[in-house]
Parts: sequence; C-alpha cells; structure tokens
Amino acid sequence: MIEENPVSLHDAPSRSMNMIEAINDALDIMMARDPDVVIMGEDVGYFGGVFRATAGLQKKFGKNRVFDTPINECGIIGAAVGMAAYGLRPVPEIQFADYIYPGLDQLVSEAARLRYRSAGEFVAPITVRSPFGGGIFGGQTHSQSPEALFTHVAGLKTVIPATPYDAKGLLIAAIEDNDPVIFFEPKRIYNGPFDGYYDRPSRPWKGLPGSQVPEGYYKVPLGKARVVREGAALTVVTYGTMVHVAEAVLAEKGVDAEIIDLRSLVPLDIDTVEKSVEKTGKCLVIHEATRTSGFGSELVTLVQERCFYHLEAPVERVTGFDTPYPHSLEWAYFPGPVRIGEAVDRLMKD
Amino acid sequence: MAEGPVRTGKPRGNLPPLDLYVPEPRYRPGDTVDYSHLQIPEPGLLARPDEACEASETWPLTLDMVRVLGDDDRAVGPWNPHLDPETLRRMLATMALTRAFDDRMYRGQRQGKTSFYMKSTGEEAISIACAHALAADDMVFPSYRQQGILIARGYPLEEMINQIYSNRADRLKGRQLPIMYSAKDYGFFTISGNLATQFPQAVGWAMASAIKGDTRIATSFVGEGSSAEGDFHAAMTFAAVYNAPVVLNVVNNQWAISSFSGFAGAERTTFAARAAGYGIAGLRVDGNDILAVYAAMEWAANRARANKGPTLIEHFTYRAEGHSTSDDPNAYRSAREAEDWPLGDPIMRLKKHLIALGEWSEEQHEAMDRDLAEQVKVATKEAEKNGILGHGLHHPFHTMFEDVFEELPWHLQEQAEQAIRERQTKWPEWKE
Repeated sequence: MIEENPVSLHDAPSRSMNMIEAINDALDIMMARDPDVVIMGEDVGYFGGVFRATAGLQKKFGKNRVFDTPINECGIIGAAVGMAAYGLRPVPEIQFADYIYPGLDQLVSEAARLRYRSAGEFVAPITVRSPFGGGIFGGQTHSQSPEALFTHVAGLKTVIPATPYDAKGLLIAAIEDNDPVIFFEPKRIYNGPFDGYYDRPSRPWKGLPGSQVPEGYYKVPLGKARVVREGAALTVVTYGTMVHVAEAVLAEKGVDAEIIDLRSLVPLDIDTVEKSVEKTGKCLVIHEATRTSGFGSELVTLVQERCFYHLEAPVERVTGFDTPYPHSLEWAYFPGPVRIGEAVDRLMKD
Repeated sequence: MAEGPVRTGKPRGNLPPLDLYVPEPRYRPGDTVDYSHLQIPEPGLLARPDEACEASETWPLTLDMVRVLGDDDRAVGPWNPHLDPETLRRMLATMALTRAFDDRMYRGQRQGKTSFYMKSTGEEAISIACAHALAADDMVFPSYRQQGILIARGYPLEEMINQIYSNRADRLKGRQLPIMYSAKDYGFFTISGNLATQFPQAVGWAMASAIKGDTRIATSFVGEGSSAEGDFHAAMTFAAVYNAPVVLNVVNNQWAISSFSGFAGAERTTFAARAAGYGIAGLRVDGNDILAVYAAMEWAANRARANKGPTLIEHFTYRAEGHSTSDDPNAYRSAREAEDWPLGDPIMRLKKHLIALGEWSEEQHEAMDRDLAEQVKVATKEAEKNGILGHGLHHPFHTMFEDVFEELPWHLQEQAEQAIRERQTKWPEWKE
C-alpha cells in the first residue's frame, strides 16, 4: 500500500479499528473534505444506521448533508442519480444488499449508463454502500451476495473490502471515483474477521493485522488486488469474508498457497491473478455467492483463457450452493473449511 | 392442451363468483366517436389559489380543469397569464416549428435516413408553455415527447437531426436511439428509454438545489401510462417528504402505445388527484390550451421557488399520431378520435386567439409555416452532410468503448482492439 500513499502511512498516527469504525471514519473524512458529499438512506441520519456506520455524522454535518429517507430503494438510488446530475457526490446506503433490487433499474439503466448515453455530459459519481454476505443467521433476505448482478453491468464498479484498513481506503477511493461504485461491506466481518470455523469463538478486530487504520485521509486504489499471503503451490482468488476463511483453512492444511484478495471485482486486477497462477500452476476461486453465473465463473474463465499453458490442474471454484440462503442450515450452505478443504486436496493431490 | 385454472374456493352462500374487470376503451377501429361523456368545464371559472396555499386547497383543481381559452378564442378568468402578443407569437411559432420538425423527421424515417422517430403532434403546447414559464437554467428531466422544450430553448435543429441520424456530428456519438437527446447546456437531462426513471431523479436534482441553497428548480415529465411505474410513487413520496422544489408533470394523452389511459387508472379518478394522497399541490389543465399550461407551470414554479414545495400537474391532451414510427394506431383505436378531440389542436387555438386579438392573420400564419418548413429543410440538409444512419459517416469505432467509465479499463481496451481487428479483416483498405 506504500506506493499508493507515498507520504508514508507508516509514520502517520494510527489506531486499531473495526470495520464499522473504519467506514465511519472514511465517511467523516470525506464529508469534511468535500462539501458535495451527502449521505442518505434508511435510518442513517439521527439514529446513525442499523450497523452504526453513520453514527454521529448527522450531528456533526447537519441534516442537509446526512439524512434519513423513506423506505424506497428506487427513490434512494433515483434521487442520488439526480443529485449527482446536479453536481453532488451522494453516498446512499441500502440497508442490506438483499434489498437493493427495487433500486436495480435505477442502478443498471441509469447510474451505470449516464456517462455513456450522454457522451459524458452527465455522470453519476455515487457510491452505494450496502452490507452483504452471510454467516450471521440472516436467512434468505439478510445474507445474500449479489455482486455478480453488478459485475455484469457495464458502467458499474464493484468493490468489497476484507479489512478495516481496506474498508476505509477503498471507501475514500470509491467516493472520490467519478464512476458509480457498488460498495459491498461483508457484515460478518464488521466486528472481527471470520475464519469459517463457526464453532470456535470469534475474535474482535482489535490488534489483528488489517485493523491498524491510519488517522486522516488515505486511499486504497480501486482495481488493485492485495496479496494476502505469498505462496508457490496454489493460487487462491477470493474477496470479502472468504479471504479470512481461505487464510485459516490453507494454514490449517499447511499448503503454501498464494492468497489474493481482489478488493475490486470491476475493475479487476487481472495482472496480479495472472502472474500468480503462472507461478503456481493451480487456481482455486472462492466466493460465498451462489455458483451458477457467479463472479467465480468469470474468474475461472479468465484464468483458463490467459493461463492455460501454465495450468497443472482444472481451475476449481468453491461457492455457496444454487439455493436461496437458508436459515437453519446456514453452515451446510456456507462454503466453509470442509468444502474448501476438499477442493484444496483435489488440487494438491499430484 | 392446457386446462383452464381450476376453481378451488368453496361456494359461500349466495355470493356471486368473483369477476375480474379488464378496462376496455370506448372506441376501437371503425367505431364512431362520441365524446359527450367527457367533462370539459367552461374556461375561466376555476379560482386561482395563492401560490403559497396549503396543498389541500388545490384538491378541487385536481378534479376540474384549468382552462383559459374559450370557444370564442378569448382568454378569460383568473388563470389568464396575460402574456404580451410578442410572447404569444413566439410560442405559436415554436409550436409550429416543433410540428414542422416532427413532420420532416417522420418522413426522414420513412425514407430510411434513420431507424426511428416519435412525434409530439397535438402535445406541443405542453412542452412549449412549460419552457416559457421556466427560467432558462431550471433543469428539465424530460420523457421522449418533450422535444418542444429543446426547440423552445433554442437548441440547434441541426444538432437534433445529427442525433436522429446518428451521424459523425452526433454529440452522443451514435450511441443512443434517435430522439434520446441530451443537452446539459440547455438544462435538458439525458433521455432514457426506461420509463419514469427520470421522475425520482428530478426530485433528487431539486433536493440537491435545496441542499446547496440554490434558486433553480427542476421539472419532469411522464406520460399517463408511465405514471403506473413504481418510480412515480418514489418521486411523489420523496418530493413530498423533502418539500422538494420540483414540478412533476403527467402528460395524459390518453394512450400508452395501444393501451388506453384506463390501464393507468384513469377510469377511477384523475391523474392530478393522486397529488392529494401525497400531500402535494395538484393541478389539472387543458393541455391543448397553451395559456392554461403556461399559467399552471408558472404557478407551480413560483410555488417551488418560494420553498412552498412540489406540484403535480396533469396535462389533459390527446396523442394525435401513432406512438412512434414503429406503431400503427389504426390497429387499436378509431381514426376519428384525434380528429374529433373536443379540446382541439393547440396550434390552431393559439392562432385563433391571436387573430381574435388582432395580433395575427391567416396570411402571416401561412407565411410563418412556409418559413419554418424552409428552416427545417435547411437544417436537415446541413445535418445530412454529416451522414445519415448506416451510410458510413459515424464516429470512430473506438468511441464505442469510451465513456463506459471515466477511464478505459483493460478489458474494454482489449475489446476495442478486437473490434478494430474485426473491421480490418472485413475491409482491409479501411482507415479510420
């Protein structure tokens, strides 16, 4: 990350934050830096958000800059597009990614195409924040990972952080970006990383790698992956909560894997993936979302097209099953250590 | 063969079986048209409430109809905007120019110069009156049938035709279907094919203007058909909640392609009446009476500008032509409908008003029509120098990949190279 922020983040004062605090900090900084940044969404104002991500911001910046909205996702995104056309830089929140669908027409048909269809006359520099992903007994409508619906749309960027450090840096970059960004926050790791071993006690972020967040302004650029762990035996490509699950499982297995946290799905850091697979010859793609036509399919195809002669085994993908997200059978659904472990075993057997 | 659905409910006493009501328009092809059921009030009778009034005070106006021009071609009543003859003549000329433009572009489509066109015949008063009642820097979020606003604001016809022909001078680089204009410098938001999406966007723009303490307001238009979209409800709710400085317009031209307005709820109440449920001021106007439309828009704009909140205006009019060049209205409605429309033709009504005032004549009108036709012809010829659709004079291939994002990402760069390769394979001599 040093190259993105040459003014030496090492020297900047920093403190350990969880992901919510990091997101809140990013919003606070951007609100202060840019008077055109406005925050809107259900319960984000006075109350500070159902996950506390916007806590304190209305009090600090006023109701004209941070405000509650009617329960209408079409209206939230539609109004944000109009505000962006005026010249503001709205950061709308959709309370759960599972509820983004009423706003889908505004995102797909409008926000994503504004620049293109007006030949640059109108743009939609909006950042749609939305908690996403499972692992919290959220059932069908508080657990979904709909990122593939957005990566399929020309004109949208899709960003998913896996640590508090990245959450702050990526969110600042997303807000400053002049394209519409879907910013999915893995709510399972808001308070601490989750390694997939749901039967073990969970840890808070405090003191863990990735939770040390510099004070003040810095950016983690969109379109650049993070190599979580260097390795030579296998490339694991993943993002969000699954970064931590992959890390734990591969450590447990003792495989010398190179783990890549994509951070941005669009734009995608294909170079980092390509270079890694050329080195390791094997690739495993992991995501929580359902399998068929999931973003993993795109990753598998890209690796197959670009690294074919380096591959020593079929590219594998470990994903959620092609069912709606269940409540009681959550851990049978979740792509946890057993499912990942089997795939790793298959890939490593020769 | 599929069986029909099986009734599974138990009979309850003497209750009749439930019956689904599917609306049906009064007249179909070949039918004689009788408009005696239409409640067309006398002009000049409706009171004009204060612009700062409570929204609820407008309730009677949402069920009635603001009309200024009477059958005797005189302007009467409290809604008479008392426009000077010069302004009236300018509005008349702009309506006539819009119609002349529509006629020529329609022919252009039939001659194969472009793929598609949509006329606004019979609805010119709505666009042109609104454009005149607004400030030039108020933001318009139009549907696809407000070309009159662009023309009234002085956007060059040639630019419009370049867009319609998707030629090399098209400001939108041939990316958009004809008539989906975008003109930021004329306060005209990029038109989308997706219906009603611009309604909540206009509200958002107005909210932004209020957030910034600006004095500009926004306005948006949907047809009565699109008012059935969820975005309409979103826009009305947001507009009401934030008291947004916006004027929301429903152009009730009776038809949404082949569906009559009954499929948007017109058989139960007026479209303006919906305002009341949201706590928004509402007005229903004779959309073919340009003075009434001007007065209503001026009222609503003043209200918005004074921080008194949004207004919903229903413009009661008739879509005199087919929905688009891809549509044949003779397949679903009586040809007499447009001809017998009791509210007449907006251009003819203003023309007769000006003549009654002694400010216009048949001779002047004929001369104006000839001038306007010539003006459109000249613009068309100029635009055709930049090419017509499918005749090679388009923007370079690479532009297809630009503006998806601010910067070209690697995957689009690769695809752009592929497109250029394909082109060179097909035409080895080709140079861009």
